[in-house]
Amino acid sequence: MKCWVYDGAMTMIFGIPVQAFLGQLLVGLINGSFYAMLSLGLAVIFGLLRVINFAHGALYMLGAFIGYLLLTRFGIGYWPALILSPLIVGGFGVVVERLALSRLYDIDPLYGLLFTFGLALVLEGVFRYYYGVSGSPYSVPPLLSGGTNLGFMFLPNYRGWVVVASMIVCFGTWALIEKTRLGSYLRAATENPGLVQAFGVNVPLLLTLTYGLGAALAGLAGVLAAPIYQVSPLMGSDLIIVVFAVVVVGGMGSILGAIVTGYMLGLAEGLTKVFYPEASNLVVFVIMAIVLLVRPAGLFGRDA
Amino acid sequence: MAELSLRETRAKSSVWLEWTLVGLGILTLLVAPFFVYPIFLMKMLCFALFACAFNLLLGYTGLLSFGHATFFGGAAYFTAYAVKVWGWPPEAGILLGALGAALLGLVMGFFAIRRQGIYFAMITLALSQMFFFFCVQAPFTGGEDGIQGVPRGKLLGMLDLNVSINIYYFVLAVFLIGVFAIWRIINSPFGMILRSIRENESRAISLGYSVANYKLAAFVMSATLAGLAGALKAIVFQFATLTDVTWQMSGEVILMTLLGGIGTMVGPIIGASLVVGLENTLATSSFPVTIATGLTFMVCVLVFRRGIVGEVYARFLGPKGDAKD
Repeated sequence: MKCWVYDGAMTMIFGIPVQAFLGQLLVGLINGSFYAMLSLGLAVIFGLLRVINFAHGALYMLGAFIGYLLLTRFGIGYWPALILSPLIVGGFGVVVERLALSRLYDIDPLYGLLFTFGLALVLEGVFRYYYGVSGSPYSVPPLLSGGTNLGFMFLPNYRGWVVVASMIVCFGTWALIEKTRLGSYLRAATENPGLVQAFGVNVPLLLTLTYGLGAALAGLAGVLAAPIYQVSPLMGSDLIIVVFAVVVVGGMGSILGAIVTGYMLGLAEGLTKVFYPEASNLVVFVIMAIVLLVRPAGLFGRDA
Repeated sequence: MAELSLRETRAKSSVWLEWTLVGLGILTLLVAPFFVYPIFLMKMLCFALFACAFNLLLGYTGLLSFGHATFFGGAAYFTAYAVKVWGWPPEAGILLGALGAALLGLVMGFFAIRRQGIYFAMITLALSQMFFFFCVQAPFTGGEDGIQGVPRGKLLGMLDLNVSINIYYFVLAVFLIGVFAIWRIINSPFGMILRSIRENESRAISLGYSVANYKLAAFVMSATLAGLAGALKAIVFQFATLTDVTWQMSGEVILMTLLGGIGTMVGPIIGASLVVGLENTLATSSFPVTIATGLTFMVCVLVFRRGIVGEVYARFLGPKGDAKD
């Protein structure tokens, strides 16, 4: 890494100016932050509920839209929205789990995928109906506007904040699951729900809370994303497919694996944008195909 | 999807009833263009064949592919390109489309069968999204515009397909051949092995079947027939666009199959007719199609998992006293 140190305005790496290189790397890191947060939520939900939440992208979109609506309708700014929006999306998740998903646990897990696919279509359709497909801008909060000159590159403050915030969220969720009592119940219920229930833990409640937590994580990612990407009904569906590829690469067996894979693939995407921009949309899928060839269970997967 | 197993033991009378219904159905399709707008009927037939091909995989092998739009839309591109740019006759173009879809199916299947269940669905979805991005950028697809103005030409140099009644019977013939092929496949020893994989994969392995090869074969067959449907659609509508390779299209074919009845022969046909009809109706109203599609999905999964035909079988034709869902 030492060879990348800034030593003049015209520094080049493999024929690419350092500024452009680091700029794309930052974009990759930002994308990776969202991949990590979303695949983390998917992994948490899948671990316990055995449901692949196709609606995860739609919940992310919902989070961004709630942030946007709080601002435009009620004048509630970014910082309260950062708390309120995940709470609302999480609440929505709890309702969905109670009313529908809880009825699907005993049957083939593919039905959970199909149900959440339908839910995603409905959510996307509703917002498309009222707000059209064009995005609406959400301005960066005043506290984080502007940027910082790091010497070797110019870092917009908000982007820096997103990277830090996503790392806090990912680490927080990991700690919640690996280090707390509640998390130990969760992990135990992942292994053997029947036994955990026999010990007096309310497993159905645990399932509901888990889906709520996963949904809230997606909503939080949505609010964080709002000032970077345009708030648009389509923002979730494009992302969720890439996140699925991330999940296939990482394997859903480990929380840490989902996080690491998310950041790694975001960075890989950024690097591809520097060297071969035409393939930047494809690179995550290509990596997925290669991983399937050499290690079908995924990089962090436990068994196939 | 064990709970969806087709009831194998049926009374003689119900088999007889089935054949009468099939005969009536074909008769209806033969006279339908005199009463209903032929373009709409042909769209229905293309999607019905697509759904039947998809059902070969989901209903009879138990594999949920979320990437079948790749074969449907990909074949449409191949056919449209061959007929328009190279000036191939329609039958050669359609064959090329189906073959191209088979090749795509071989590649996608090769990767996807390495994982099972949920992962299989996610891999097919991701690979099909990759194909979508490829189609957006590749020069031969015409990008956002697609390939427009594909000539219908003359079938075998004789039958002018620009006459709407001619092309209708051609489409109907291909549809019937395709459905017959699927029926033969699932009722062959090969089809029985596919069903055994659906019911219990590990047991099929322990019986000595090379399950991976069977899955791949089923995947390629399903892809080829889905491609046949897409190629046919390109000739009928005279264009091939990005719409047919999107993940929404993959979702639509799942809905058709689910609504009609997974693992039933006629279900996908009925499901496709309903979905195409519904979309035609909604096209003139302001109610968005996505919401309707999504709601149908949710309702089907929650209360109606056997689909229309599956429910009818379970209630009226299947063995009695079987209350299991």
